Formats: sequence, C-alpha cells, structure tokens
Amino acid sequence: MPFLDRHKADKIGDALFKGVSFFFAVSVIVLSCLLFAVLLWEAIPALRAFGLRFLYTSAWDPVRSVFGALPAIYGTVVSSIIAVVIAVPISLGIAIFLTELSPAWLCGPAGMAIELLAAIPSIIYGMWGLFVFAPLLASRVEPFIIERLGFIPIFRGAPLGIGMLPAGFILAIMIIPFISSVARDVFRMTPPMLKESGYAVGATRWEVIRRIVMPFTKSGLFGAVILGLGRALGETMAVTFLIGNSYGMSAGLLNPATSISATLANEFTEAVDAVHISSLVALGLILFVITFIVLAGAKLLIKRFSLAGGGRA
Amino acid sequence: MPNFLYTRRKITNYAALGASLLSAAFGVAFLVWILKDVLVMGAGALSPAFFTELPAPPGEAGGGLANAIGGTLLLTVIATAIGVPSGILAGTYLSEYGRGSRLASAVRFIADILVSAPSIVIGIFVYAIIVRPSGGFSAIAGAVALAIIMLPVVIRTAEEVLKLVPDATREAALALGAPHWKVTVFVVYRGAARGITTGVMLAVARVSGETAPLLFTSFNNSFWNWKLNEPVSTLTVAIFNYAMGPYDDWHAKAWGAAFLITAAVLFVTVTARLVVGRRHGG
Repeated sequence: MPFLDRHKADKIGDALFKGVSFFFAVSVIVLSCLLFAVLLWEAIPALRAFGLRFLYTSAWDPVRSVFGALPAIYGTVVSSIIAVVIAVPISLGIAIFLTELSPAWLCGPAGMAIELLAAIPSIIYGMWGLFVFAPLLASRVEPFIIERLGFIPIFRGAPLGIGMLPAGFILAIMIIPFISSVARDVFRMTPPMLKESGYAVGATRWEVIRRIVMPFTKSGLFGAVILGLGRALGETMAVTFLIGNSYGMSAGLLNPATSISATLANEFTEAVDAVHISSLVALGLILFVITFIVLAGAKLLIKRFSLAGGGRA
Repeated sequence: MPNFLYTRRKITNYAALGASLLSAAFGVAFLVWILKDVLVMGAGALSPAFFTELPAPPGEAGGGLANAIGGTLLLTVIATAIGVPSGILAGTYLSEYGRGSRLASAVRFIADILVSAPSIVIGIFVYAIIVRPSGGFSAIAGAVALAIIMLPVVIRTAEEVLKLVPDATREAALALGAPHWKVTVFVVYRGAARGITTGVMLAVARVSGETAPLLFTSFNNSFWNWKLNEPVSTLTVAIFNYAMGPYDDWHAKAWGAAFLITAAVLFVTVTARLVVGRRHGG
C-alpha cells in the first residue's frame, strides 16, 4: 500500500521538522539562561570574598587581591549617559529630516548613510578615535573647553584627548543610527490624518512635529532612547581605546577613566589569580544584568507603542 | 500691523527644521570623515606582502597579516555554518508553528535582547564553557562565540521575512496535499529566499567585524593555523594589538587591516541592502 506509506512518511517528516525547529527556538531561551547561570557560577568566588562590598568599593588591586567594581560601573554608566545626551537630539533631528524634510530622492541614500554608521565595526571607531579624533581633541578642543568652561568642575582636567568625554562622544556617534532608525519608524506610524488636521488649523511643520507627532509617538521614542542607552552600556572596543583605562573615579569628564567592558578587554587574558578572574566575570555579570534590564525596558516600550499607538492607526 | 506671533512661529519653524537638517549633515559628515581616514591611511599600508606574508617580529618593519585574513575567513565561515541553519530553523518555528504562542513571544523577546547584548559577555561565557575546560584558546571557541552572536540576528530576520510570504501560498500548497514541512522548505523558503539571503549577509557582516568576543576565545597567533583546537589570528584582534602597540609599522598594519575589514563589511552590507533586498523600495 504505497499511499499509506507515503502518508506515514509525511507525518514523520512533519513531526521531525517541527521538532527540530522547536529545539532551535527553545535553544535561545536555554542559551540565555545558561549564560546567566555560568556567569553567576564563575562570579561566586569574588562575591563570596567581597560580598556586596564588591558593588560599592573602588579598590582594584590584583597584587593584594582586593577588588571593587564601583569605578568600572561608574565609568560605564557615565560614558553611556554622555552618549545618550549627545545622541538623542541629533538622532531626533535625523529622524525628523528623514520623515518630514527630505525630498524623496534623498531619503534612501541619507537613510542608507546612517545605517552604514551602524555597520562600521566597533574597533574601527576605537582606532579612528585614538589616532585621529583624540589628537584633534587634545590640541584644539579640550584646551579651549578647559579655558572657557573650566569654572564648572566637570570640565576640569588635562587635555589628553582620551577620557570619559571623548569615549562618550564616540559612543554617541555609534548609537545615533540605532536611535534614529527606531525614531524614524515610529514617526512613520503617526496617522497622516492627525498631521493633516494639524496643518488644517494652521500649524507650522515644526508645531505639527512637536505638538502632534512627538506626543503621539512618545513611548516609542522613549524606547528608542533606552535602546541606544543599552547599546552604549555594552559597547567595548571603542570605549577601550578612548576612555584612558585608569581605574579610578573623578568628577572631571576630561580625565581618563575606565568602564566594565574596557576593564574586561584589558585584563581578562592577563589575569591569573582565581579571585581576579572571578572578579572580572562578576563585572561581566553586572554588565549583562544591567543591559538586560535596560534592553528589556526598551523592547517593552517600543512594543507598547506599536500595539497601542501604531496599531490603531 | 505686522503679526509678531506669526513671525515668531515661522522663525521657530525654520530654526527647528534647520537644526534637523544639520543633524543629518552631522551624521553623514562623521561617516565620510571616518571612511576617508580609513581609506587614505589603510590603502597606503597595503602591499602585496600584506596579503601573503606572516607578521614580522615586533619592532621590525615588513611582513604582512596573511594569517589574520585567513583566520577571520575561517572563523566567519564556521560561525555562519553553525549560526545560520540554527537561526533559520528557530525563525521557522516562530513564523510557521508558534504564531501567537507564549513560547514564541518569549523566544522573540530574548532574541531581541541578545541582538543588542554586550558581545564581550558572550566572550566570557565561551571562555568559561569551552576555553578553560579544553585547556586553551582555540579557533573553535572563537567561532562558537561568533555563532552565538549571529543566532538572534538570523532568527529575527528569518522570522520577519518568512512571515511576509502570503498565507494563501501556504494554503495552496497544503491543498495540493503537500505535508507541512515540504510546504515550508519548498514553498515558503523559496518565496523568502531573497529576504533570507539579505539577513544572512547582514549577519555575516556584523560578526566578521567583531573583536570583543574573540579576545578571550580565539586569542591571537603569529603563525598560520588551520587547526580548530589552537588559537588563531584575526584581523580585528590584530588591529587591537597593533593599534595599542608602540611601533609605527604596527600602526600602519592596523590601518591596513582596518581598511580591509571595513571595506568587506560595508561591501556586504550595501550589496545586501541594495541588490538583494530593497528595503526602501516597497
């Protein structure tokens, strides 16, 4: 009975294919749980040795085996905040340009150029920053900042070209494409009817953007910003080149600092002491947990927007 | 009487739109600036020896990065061989079997987060599960790290493009009596081939420029190595070591490597976007 055999084979094929694709889909969840579990397991010696003090002490001494994560966490958070503060207005500007201003023929190429900024590997940003951008900052920009704005404590320091502010600036350029592409997508979801009613009562283009498009897309935009923050927090190579790699905390943004990712990149392969390695893994765990929370928040905000706002349109 | 309010509104309007124009110019200017420097400095550092010779001993001029070029290709190929099939299958589950299911939305959520998760953390993870148990840095560890980074990227794009295939097409094939898996492989995959190719190319471009996850996995090597259980040199790690080093010749080599990797990544990205998938066309 060939017909029945074929029917059977089809059924087996179906079950097999579904099973295999199910396996790989579930593997993503398993992988992320495993990632967390392995990091936690490897971090236990450090957490046992230092306890919660690991989070708020700032010694980092491989010789005496005393480790505290505060300066690295501080550097990661501050450099990312600088990046977001610089990147958000520019990204919004780019998104407005792409959705409202740009003539149709320019829309594709300009959008493409911004996407290419995202495609350039992180290490290229780092290297370019170190060899081209940092010397320029050190000779032209930073002396000027220190002279004119030095009365504000955060702008004090030596004009080295590398430090918290340069790292934050390069990070800003790296996250601009991510923020502006999400912002562009949510702007496009604004119903034309809303915008047209704005124009109909005589609003200028900017008033329509500011009073209608932006409030309408608020949660989506907020999600875009948080997504950019998440990207900046985990960025490694560019920061390693530019932040100056000095383990300490200083209020001056021009001074060299460090970040979690830069500390890992610099020390992980050279660490021999078990507590040192474990402390580095603990830093990685902190970074993973922070970015996971931030990115999950971004994802929820963007999703809420496209369900509540864009979906209705 | 001139209408002051109206004039003020008009000025605000032009100022804001001007600022938005400047922002776009700012982004494009940095792209051009970086690419120009990489092109000028990098092209000057390239020579036939760069592609054929091994690195010279530290401090000596000459030599090349042939082994790093080979290493980057090796790792990218293995990572693609692992990451792409598993990513497409997982994406298939999301699009063909798990629509609306709770599991599928959990997978989607986690994959979206992993896409942006710090790649250096993946490096530590692979160090802990492969490098240390196996006793040393190895090419395969680097490839696994890259595959893990690739996986969520492929899953999300595969799901999106598979969903674009109209359900009527699926139903037509099912109505002819084809089993579900044959419909998926011979009808849905074929319909989404363009999109899948775009996604795979973008994922390959993304991982071939990665550095952070390779620092503690595939490490570095001054010689040729095709053995999977030994460390291997890659262009990106070579850039990191050479750019941080003290010699001018090393810096020139780093620019050369930067040029190669940037040119390759941008070429693949642009081809994927323009030729294979036309995102702005529709």
